[in-house]
Amino acid sequence: MSEIRTGAPTPPGTNNVVAVDGASMVFNEGRSNQVDALCDIDLVIGPGEFVSLIGPSGCGKSTLLRLIANLLSPTSGTVLVNGKSAHQARLEQDYGMAFQQSGLFEWRSVEKNIELPLELKGWKKADRRNRSREMLELVKLTDFTEHMPWQLSGGMQQRVAIARALASHPALLLMDEPFGALDEMTREHMQTELLRICAAAGTTVVFVTHSIPEAVYLSSRVVVMSPRPGRITDIIDVPLGGDRSEGTREDDTFYKLITEVREALRASETGGPIVVGVRGIEDR
Amino acid sequence: MFLVSLVLVASLWELYKFLGPEDGGEIFGWPVLPRTGARSMPHTWEMVQRLFDPEVRGNDRPIWFAVAGYAWYTFRMALAGLIIGSVFGVALAVVMSRFRVIERGLLPYVIASQTVPLIALAPQFAALGGNWDLPKWTWVAALGAFLAFFPIAISTLRGLSSPAPASLELMDSYAAGWWVTLRKLRFPSAVPYMVPGFKLAATAAVIGVIVSEVSTGVRGVGFAALTYAQAATSDPAKVYAAVFGAALLGLAMFGIVVAAEAVVMRNRPRDVAA
Amino acid sequence: MKFARVVGPPVVVGAVLVGVWQLLVVGFDIQLYLLPAPSAIWSALLDRVGAIWDAMYVTGTNALIGLIAGTLFGIAMSFVLMRFQTMNELVTPLAIALNAIPIIVLVPVFNNMFSSTTEVPRRLMVTLIVFFIVMVNVAKGLRQVDAIHLELMKSYAATPRDILVKTRIPNAVPYLFTALKIAAPGAVITAFVAEYFGGRQNGLGYSITSNEAISRTDAMWAYVVGACVLGLVFYLVSAGLEKVTSPQQQVGGLAPGGATTS
Repeated sequence: MSEIRTGAPTPPGTNNVVAVDGASMVFNEGRSNQVDALCDIDLVIGPGEFVSLIGPSGCGKSTLLRLIANLLSPTSGTVLVNGKSAHQARLEQDYGMAFQQSGLFEWRSVEKNIELPLELKGWKKADRRNRSREMLELVKLTDFTEHMPWQLSGGMQQRVAIARALASHPALLLMDEPFGALDEMTREHMQTELLRICAAAGTTVVFVTHSIPEAVYLSSRVVVMSPRPGRITDIIDVPLGGDRSEGTREDDTFYKLITEVREALRASETGGPIVVGVRGIEDR
Repeated sequence: MFLVSLVLVASLWELYKFLGPEDGGEIFGWPVLPRTGARSMPHTWEMVQRLFDPEVRGNDRPIWFAVAGYAWYTFRMALAGLIIGSVFGVALAVVMSRFRVIERGLLPYVIASQTVPLIALAPQFAALGGNWDLPKWTWVAALGAFLAFFPIAISTLRGLSSPAPASLELMDSYAAGWWVTLRKLRFPSAVPYMVPGFKLAATAAVIGVIVSEVSTGVRGVGFAALTYAQAATSDPAKVYAAVFGAALLGLAMFGIVVAAEAVVMRNRPRDVAA
Repeated sequence: MKFARVVGPPVVVGAVLVGVWQLLVVGFDIQLYLLPAPSAIWSALLDRVGAIWDAMYVTGTNALIGLIAGTLFGIAMSFVLMRFQTMNELVTPLAIALNAIPIIVLVPVFNNMFSSTTEVPRRLMVTLIVFFIVMVNVAKGLRQVDAIHLELMKSYAATPRDILVKTRIPNAVPYLFTALKIAAPGAVITAFVAEYFGGRQNGLGYSITSNEAISRTDAMWAYVVGACVLGLVFYLVSAGLEKVTSPQQQVGGLAPGGATTS
């Protein structure tokens, strides 16, 4: 399918989509309820990568995602998206975002929900209509264009939320446990769908989850984090190739990688050696 | 079912009239039983029949027609009050939503206003209105607006604060400003909260207007009820005509809000209500 | 610090409003028959403390008796509604309709049915209004028990009586308090308004209108202050009762379709 990148072009020599450098996030600094949510995070993500953030509660994975999204500002360090500040990237709408609750507006039809970001960008009505139809086809919900969100199942609502997140064809997709509220079977189905959609569009994805199989199945790299203070303890490559399918779930390599991630998580919990894995990518 | 209950009420009325003491009675020394004489408690069919008789002896106008006129007058004042009150109520809620300081300063008063008889200020409205040479109905409507304003402000503010944090984050991620977020997210979210507020406000406006009539002598249905009641010794069924008029008026106001609710909530999920 | 943050703004607003009011009246030399200055209200208050107290007593007693009677009848009736579905279907539309109707116009009717020299018509009116509020809300609380709780009781082979006592009634208690927080000030307002429609010449409502009639707006406002105090006291007592009996529960009165007056 023809694919249009509408994000601002990255300056030459810096084709990293996300570059987090020494970022820290402290809540309630100086007060008795101070929380060191993130401590000295370094992370670089290149175009087309699918990176999962995984870790126990309180490890700061959602906070890190929100730093990238510029919904929070780091107390120190920098966050660059597409070579510019995260703030600038948000103002220029360089990314799309999806949350655990689908967050659809209950008073808007499915179609109008998808059109929301386009309305805010000032697109004309006809253009909006065309794009939302295109997205509906992408997530295979064309039959439900005029439906209201409450008429749809949880999985379908999440598909609409993903369609909305991709409506403006952003180069970067940020997702915070979007499948967390779904049952296992729907979840696995959605994972395959997500891979298909992102592969077709070449989207870079940062994905927060606390499901190990999900992280391994979806990602090209898995970032393992641990809490108190939140930090990256390991980055694990997932060489499962680009053509993943339901069959992949039964591969030996798949299980091996799951074990690797699980052990990394355990090590981080017991305060084992902090292994800083492969950092950054020179070229993709 | 509603008709059945009406019939039941009418029969209870007649039953009591049949059984009850003529001059009123006492329970444990408390004079709580109403009089059942023809003067105090007319038969239900007499009430209906009286509707078609002339309002005043020698006058051609049947009473139901007169009462309809009064009720219509009251209705217009109450409706004007409701509309004006809603405009100000919603505006205040928006301002309070935008400026937390104002919310903290004013909200306690707005909430407290729900617990005190604001109607007590009706005579003050009358005095001011009289001085500015405004026609009487304006300040009666103004009192209605005053009473409608508070429940609408409270419920709208509540609704404006109702969106889920994820939705607010979503609008943030779109770099949408406060005003855009208000229009596209907060306001539509607020609608289900505003509906009960409007129902309360409609009732409050009607009551406010009716009570004001009593102190200002404006000729609406409240005034009619009081005047007819004073003639009750000679014409006991007459006052009930005014009561029916007031009832219809209240139902009409309520009906308007319910109709608006149906339109405005048509695409929303049905509440699993009692 | 937090206390100051919460209490500060309203106090400041109140002080500013009163200050501006005083300045306006004095500055524009507004006559007493139009709008009294806060200082005039204050002195009128001090002059009449006894009379205001008496009037508050009358209106307050009417409100209180009506409140208690209405609550008792309302609770009783709600049990009936819970038990008999037909009654429920009959009464609920009636209650909704009556909520929309300004039944306050029935006060002159009551004055005829009883004598107009007793407080009974006013108390009856308050009782009626409180009755419907309490009945509808408590019935809701008794009926709308979580399905999970009912299933649990069924698995214990609990008798209907057990279910009533152990599940429905505790569930209904917050609903009762929500109703009370609305009905208590409502009782004051009703008792007050009922006085406008004739009857004995005592009480706050009467004093207010009579003072207005002789253009003593300062005295009028003094009684208005009394009415506000009365309403607030009723509300605070019911809120306090709620806190005392069920400290962890608080069904706010502002949820959409939560507390109902219909």
